[in-house]
Amino acid sequence: MVLVLFCITFISAACVGVVNMITEGPIAAAKEAAVKAALQQVLPEFDATEKSEHTADELLIIAHKATKGGEVVGYAIESQTKNGFSGLVRLMVGFDTKGTILNVNVLEQAETPGLGAKMTEEGNPLLASVQGKEAPKTKLTVKKDGGDIDALTAATISSRAYAEAVARAYAVFKVAAGWQNEVQATTGASQTKKEE
Amino acid sequence: MFLKDKLLLTWRGVVKENPTFVLVLGMCPTLGTTTSAENGFGMGVATMAVLIMSNIVISLIKNLIPDKVRIPAFIVVIASFVTVIQMLMEAFVPSLYASLGVFIPLIVVNCIILGRAEAFASKNGALDSALDGVGIGLGFTLSLTVIGAVREVLGSGAIFGFDLGCAEYMPLVFVLAPGAFLVLGFLMVLFNKFLKK
Repeated sequence: MVLVLFCITFISAACVGVVNMITEGPIAAAKEAAVKAALQQVLPEFDATEKSEHTADELLIIAHKATKGGEVVGYAIESQTKNGFSGLVRLMVGFDTKGTILNVNVLEQAETPGLGAKMTEEGNPLLASVQGKEAPKTKLTVKKDGGDIDALTAATISSRAYAEAVARAYAVFKVAAGWQNEVQATTGASQTKKEE
Repeated sequence: MFLKDKLLLTWRGVVKENPTFVLVLGMCPTLGTTTSAENGFGMGVATMAVLIMSNIVISLIKNLIPDKVRIPAFIVVIASFVTVIQMLMEAFVPSLYASLGVFIPLIVVNCIILGRAEAFASKNGALDSALDGVGIGLGFTLSLTVIGAVREVLGSGAIFGFDLGCAEYMPLVFVLAPGAFLVLGFLMVLFNKFLKK
């Protein structure tokens, strides 16, 4: 009895292992392609990127420095927040060298379909109110909290999470671009959440 | 005669023993994933693939498994298939994986698959078990697609992602969890009234 169960688990584990070996390469390649596609969406034309890792508010944030012909053309920050309505929200935010937000691409979210999930749509109020804005002159919180970002209707928590992730991306950008030495703490969603 | 028997066996899973509306199995993925017709369809097809394969393998090894450890043995086989499918999808169809990825591990705990392994595959041959998998899988896919389509039309005014242009007037509740229960309940009533004889 024990032997049969052992054999079944052993064979199953071997099968899973073999498939893992086969798919490991393609999975890594697919992930890399997804990151590259996201980079192309948020950055101006570039021919090389350089990755650096930062920690902001105990979260790992990856910054990509994009160069063309050796000259820096912009930065893309893979930012994230845990304060979404249902878990993690990950954004890729593209900045030019002056800190203007070029575009925001939602990499991962599990917000409510029809409400918070609208953050992934083209031209939604969140994206529209940050795109093309100069981050140093913009308050990166939602209007309800005194900021400059238009929230999604009936999705304040998702909007705050989005604003927080963009603000965190900007904090990391300032370090990646050499404006500051340390990443500033980002408050936003977490600070105002208690009022509800 | 042989062909007719096999067809009836397959068809039974679609209507008479429809896993969602008649057997009422696998409610967690049913309620959770049917926010749109596309999601429901994808979940149904992924479940069908696992169901057919696990049914075949379990019917082949049924005589080797001692009765006392059959449930752990079935679970190991099912979980392995799910993991393999997840890895293959992530590697070769990353776009489908991006939209369905979170639901795939749910297939392991889908009691339809364990239920069919226990009730059918462990007592029947490989061909019949495969056909049972096809039938139940089709029934599950159809049910999930219908529930997803109804919720998508009522909740977000679209079908299969095609905007019907009336999104603003639609009650959003149908895309949320309470709407899932409502739609499932009403569809179950209609199904049992008209289709199940």
